[in-house]
Amino acid sequence: MEFPKDLKYTASDEWVRLEGKTATVGVSDYAQSQLSDIVFVEVTAAVGETLDKGKAFASVESVKAASEIYMPVKGKIVAVNDALPGTPDVVNSDPYGKAWMIRMEVADPAEVAGLMDAAAYAKHCDERSH
Amino acid sequence: MAYIPHTEDDRRTMLKAVGVRSLDDLYQAVPAAVRFPDLDLPEAVSELEVMEELQALSEANLDARHTACFLGAGAYNHFVPSVVDHILLRGEFYTAYTPYQPEISQGTLQAIFEYQSLICNLTGMDVSNASHYDGATALAEAVILAFNHHRGKRTKVILSPGVHPHYRGTVRTYMQGMGLTLAGDEALGNDSAGLAGLLDADTMMVAVQYPDFFGRIEDFTALGKAAHAVGALLCVCVNPLALGLLKPPVEFDADVVVGDGQPLGIPMSFGGPSLGHFTVRKEFVRKMAGRLVGETVDSHGERGFVLTLSTREQHIKREKATSNICTNVALMALASAVYLSVMGKQGLRQVAELCYHKAHYAAEQIRGLKGYSVWNRGDFFHEFVVRCPRPVAEINRFLLEECDSLGGYDLGGDYPELKDHMLIAVTEMNSKEQIDDLVAGLKEVAHV
Repeated sequence: MEFPKDLKYTASDEWVRLEGKTATVGVSDYAQSQLSDIVFVEVTAAVGETLDKGKAFASVESVKAASEIYMPVKGKIVAVNDALPGTPDVVNSDPYGKAWMIRMEVADPAEVAGLMDAAAYAKHCDERSH
Repeated sequence: MAYIPHTEDDRRTMLKAVGVRSLDDLYQAVPAAVRFPDLDLPEAVSELEVMEELQALSEANLDARHTACFLGAGAYNHFVPSVVDHILLRGEFYTAYTPYQPEISQGTLQAIFEYQSLICNLTGMDVSNASHYDGATALAEAVILAFNHHRGKRTKVILSPGVHPHYRGTVRTYMQGMGLTLAGDEALGNDSAGLAGLLDADTMMVAVQYPDFFGRIEDFTALGKAAHAVGALLCVCVNPLALGLLKPPVEFDADVVVGDGQPLGIPMSFGGPSLGHFTVRKEFVRKMAGRLVGETVDSHGERGFVLTLSTREQHIKREKATSNICTNVALMALASAVYLSVMGKQGLRQVAELCYHKAHYAAEQIRGLKGYSVWNRGDFFHEFVVRCPRPVAEINRFLLEECDSLGGYDLGGDYPELKDHMLIAVTEMNSKEQIDDLVAGLKEVAHV
C-alpha cells in the first residue's frame, strides 16, 4: 500500500495535492483496494461550481459497492478529469496519477494543511483493517 | 405452532410505546358493534357445490371471448397463441425466484436476456431493462431518470395531452414532493409544435405517446431536435405491437422509450398484471432503474448470463439509488418474449397490419353514418375517436344489450372537451361481421 508523502489525506480516503492555491483530488490506494475492481466513475460536480467541504463531487462504483467521493476542503472546481469515465480501471492501477478526479481552487490553503499527512493516514488505514 | 412473531412482552412494549394499556384500548376508535360482528355465514358446503357456485359467478362475467370488444384505451384484446401459456406454466419459470444466484438461475436469466434483446430490436434502442410493472410506472421512472440525468437542476417535465391519462396520473403521483412542475397536458390542442414551444432551459424531458391515446401517429423527429437543442430528453411511450408496422422511435432520436407490453401475449385480465418496457440509449444505462441481465462467460469460457450493473440498484446503493425499483415482472416479460419469438417479424407485422386495416375499415363505415364523425385528422393506428350524437354511456348500453358488443371508451371523463366522444379500438380479433354489427348498432341507436 502506497501513501505518497507529498500528499494530504482525509478520513474518508481522498488524497489532496496542493500546488499554490490549486488542489488536485483523487481517492487513495487504500480506498481502491477496499473497493476492488472499479467499473464506473462519474464526476457529478461541474467546472465553475463551488462546493463546501464534505459535499459529494463524484461517485465511484466497483463490482461490489458504490461510493461517493467528498470534497476534502471547500473550493471552486476548475477542472475535471474527462478521461476517467472511459478508463475507470486506472483508479485501481494508478490512484495518485492518471486517476486524479478534480482540480480546484481552494478557498483556504490552511484548511489543506489541517488534513492528515501520510503517516497519520497510514495509521488511520491500519486501524480500520483490524 | 402458531406463526405469530410477537411475544407477550413485545406486545406490552409496543402498547406502552403508543400509550395505551391493552389491545382493547387500541381498538377504541372502532365502534364496538363492528369490532367483532357476527358473520352471518351459510353452512359449509362441499367442494362440488362451491365449484358450481363459482362457475355460475364467473359465467355472469362479460368477457372478450364471448362479446365483440371495441374497448381499448391502453389494454387490448389480442390473440395469444397457446404456446405462451404452456411455457409460462412450467414450474421452472412459474415459481422461479429473483435470479440473484447465476449458478442456479440460468434459465430465468436467459429468458430475461432474450426479452431485453427482443425489446431492443423492436424499439431500436441500445439497452432494455428487465421490465417494470406497466407502461404507467415505466413512464414515471423515465421522469426520475431525466431528473437525475440533470442532477436535480431542472424541474420541468412536458407531457403531451396524448399520453394516456392514467400514465399522466401516475407520473403526478411519483413527482409529489419533488418540487417539479408538469406542463403541456392541460390543453388538448398541444401538438408537437405546441409542446416544442414550451421547451426551455429548465425542461428535463418531454414525453409523448406513439401512437397516442387517440390512436394518432405522429413523427416526433422535429420535437426530438427541439428538445435536444435545450438539453432536454425525449421520451416516447409506445404501443410495442404498433412497432411491427411503424418506424421505431429510435429514428426520432429518442433518449428513453417506454411502453406497456400487454399487447404482446398478455391477456387483459381485468387490468393486470401487465408489463412495462423501459429502454434507453447506452449513455443513460447507469441512470436506468430496475434489474438488468447481461451476457458473459463462465469459468470454462461457456456463454452464461448474470444480473449486471447492480450497483445502480437500491440494495447496494441504498439511499443514493435513483429509484427504489429493483424488481421486474419476469413472468409477463417471458410471455411477451415467447409471443414475439412465435410471431416473428412477419407475424408481428401481420397482426399490426390487420389491426390497422380493420380499424380503418371501421372508421370509414362510421364516418358515413348520420350524426357521427371521426375526430382524428391525419393517420391513426388501431384506435380512433368518434363524435357521437348521444352520450357515450347510453350508446354503450344499447350496443351491449342489442348488439352483444362492448363499445368504446368514454373520453368525456378525462377530456371534458371530448364529451360525447368515444375512443374505438379494433384489433385482429374483430371480424368484419362484428364491425358491421357495431356500425349497424351505432346507426340504430342514433335514432332511438
